[in-house]
Amino acid sequence: MRDVAIVAFAQSNCQRDAGAQNEVELIMPVLTEVFKQTGIKSAQDVDFTCSGSCDYQQGAAFAFVAGVDALGAVPPIKESHVEMDAAWALYEAWLKIQMGTAESALLYGFGKSSPGELPIVLSQQLDPYYLAPLWVDTIAFAAMQARTMLDSGEITEADMAEVVARSRNNALKNPHAQLKGDQTVADLLKEATYVSPLRRHDCCPISDGACAMIICTIEKAEEWGKPYAIIKGIDHRIETHHIGSRDLSRSVSTEIAGKAAGVADGPVDVAELYAPFSHQEIILKKALGLGDDTVINPSGGVLAGNVMMASGLSRIGEVAMRIIRGEAKRGVAHATSGPCLQQNLITVLEAK
Amino acid sequence: MSSSAEILSQAFTLGYTYTRSTGPIVGQFLTSLRARKMVGIKASDGKVLMPPVEFDPISAAALTEFVDVADAGVVKTWCWVKEPRKAHPSDKPFAWAMIQLDGADTPMLHWVDAGDEAAMSTGMRVKVRWAEETKGLMSDVNGFVPEAVALLGELKPATSDEQITGMEAPIYLTYNFTAGKATARYLQSMKKGKLVGQRCPNCRNVYIPPRGSCAACGVPTEEEVTLGNKATVESFTIVYIPIPGNPIKPPYVIANLVLDGANLSFLHLLSECKNEEVRIGMRVEALWKPEAEWGYAMENIQYFKPIDEPDVPVDQIGKLIDEGR
Repeated sequence: MRDVAIVAFAQSNCQRDAGAQNEVELIMPVLTEVFKQTGIKSAQDVDFTCSGSCDYQQGAAFAFVAGVDALGAVPPIKESHVEMDAAWALYEAWLKIQMGTAESALLYGFGKSSPGELPIVLSQQLDPYYLAPLWVDTIAFAAMQARTMLDSGEITEADMAEVVARSRNNALKNPHAQLKGDQTVADLLKEATYVSPLRRHDCCPISDGACAMIICTIEKAEEWGKPYAIIKGIDHRIETHHIGSRDLSRSVSTEIAGKAAGVADGPVDVAELYAPFSHQEIILKKALGLGDDTVINPSGGVLAGNVMMASGLSRIGEVAMRIIRGEAKRGVAHATSGPCLQQNLITVLEAK
Repeated sequence: MSSSAEILSQAFTLGYTYTRSTGPIVGQFLTSLRARKMVGIKASDGKVLMPPVEFDPISAAALTEFVDVADAGVVKTWCWVKEPRKAHPSDKPFAWAMIQLDGADTPMLHWVDAGDEAAMSTGMRVKVRWAEETKGLMSDVNGFVPEAVALLGELKPATSDEQITGMEAPIYLTYNFTAGKATARYLQSMKKGKLVGQRCPNCRNVYIPPRGSCAACGVPTEEEVTLGNKATVESFTIVYIPIPGNPIKPPYVIANLVLDGANLSFLHLLSECKNEEVRIGMRVEALWKPEAEWGYAMENIQYFKPIDEPDVPVDQIGKLIDEGR
């Protein structure tokens, strides 16, 4: 596989309600920032553009097309869209670079979930015959997954609270985070349950925002003369939609994707894991075989701010920027989609 | 400049009134459900999957062998919803649960009416509470209840025994849509009876309605330009087909209009003209509704009507010189 460089990354603040900002107004500042980092002027200066978003979140049909207004797509550019997290837009662009049909690509993801009732909107991504008509929401599935692990004694409520406490504490250093603070496990456990066994803090917040990234071949990165992190491996696996057939206490798809992407081929200094619910970080850490010498979610992760359709790409961006700043040599980024970590995309990143 | 936009928002409901075809496997499950019977399907490894799926989750083999399972079973995992959402099947606190019916090897999702969280536990036995009337939908199971609960409700016989091949699956989602900054500024001007667009700082094109960016250059637009009521027909169509919910009676003219001083067109109605005389390049003018009826909407302009001015040559439409260019 051909090495691919990440040369630029920008993300907006995670905010509960972006109010009077349409998709273009959300996207444009992060685009401007990645163009500046790369030293280019617009989307015309890359070979391919791909975005990730979901119109159901804001209830505006073709919002993803309206978002193209932020790009300056005249004369027409090569452009694509995934109705998924923008981490999968990166995957599509990575494949284009592997095929040799592009040397550089602009990626962006955006989500404005505040206009709707996100858990209910997401219930409609489930099986349309058996699950969606019951309006079972994402929080419920995550809660049942957590109980499976609590019942088996694999985790305790304190383990879950530890994930939250560390996330909020790490987020103190992240200017983009929505939820941050210094709370102890004991403090967190005093709170009442929300959808038991989950407490409110076990669940990621709902956030509006956007992020953008520029990737390219190593040759192009050298030509631009910008520092970069290298994508050494990337892999995506999916589990069955028949949720009763899954072992919810494991993430088999993450295990397979992690192996295929080469997570274990070297030490992992840092990992950003897309765990929308606290216990899922524990599942993912185990599935990827990460030890205690790996710093997990130094940004605070998505428990500190979760822009649906952008947070996955932001996990990759967070690791890449740490490598570019010299804070880590090798890292792993994870993106997820669907109920109880149904789909998982693993990216392994290394320093130049 | 467009920095002081007030937030304009509007609640609305999006409806997706889908009818889905079920295929033979889901169809058989729903047909059985309507007859108040539970069926699973035998997987490649002999396990009974519940609810039935068309293909084996591991081997991907097509599955065909239905197996009767009981309408009672064991809670494998569950969660407690203290504050049900509007869309949820119960309006009082309830449990979602993965329930493994006797005779099945995988649990299925449904809800349990247990009254209180303390009445729920992993491993507890529950049974189906059938709906009084069944329709061949998941809601034919009106939740599960702890097995010891006596069910006294009257059950009407199913209205049909025909094989189910499709199901109504309407989805209604509610939102509170918020206009972007540029749109909000534009609508505020409309409310005052003014047409205000935005000029691109790069290519100098003027957009109305503005979106806060120049789609061609990919740069933010901030400079506001007040435009007049006169426009030119860039293109048009005559609509003969009545559209449900549209109060305007066909035939009527919809036109792409470019306001003087703007460079891109928008859609509006054309009236007070003979339809057969409408042509590209024709000059028109906005007819505003009475001021008392003005809101935050394009409908403040009732329609555009022809004016007595020479036609604009095709190659000059959208390129009219104004003092800013």
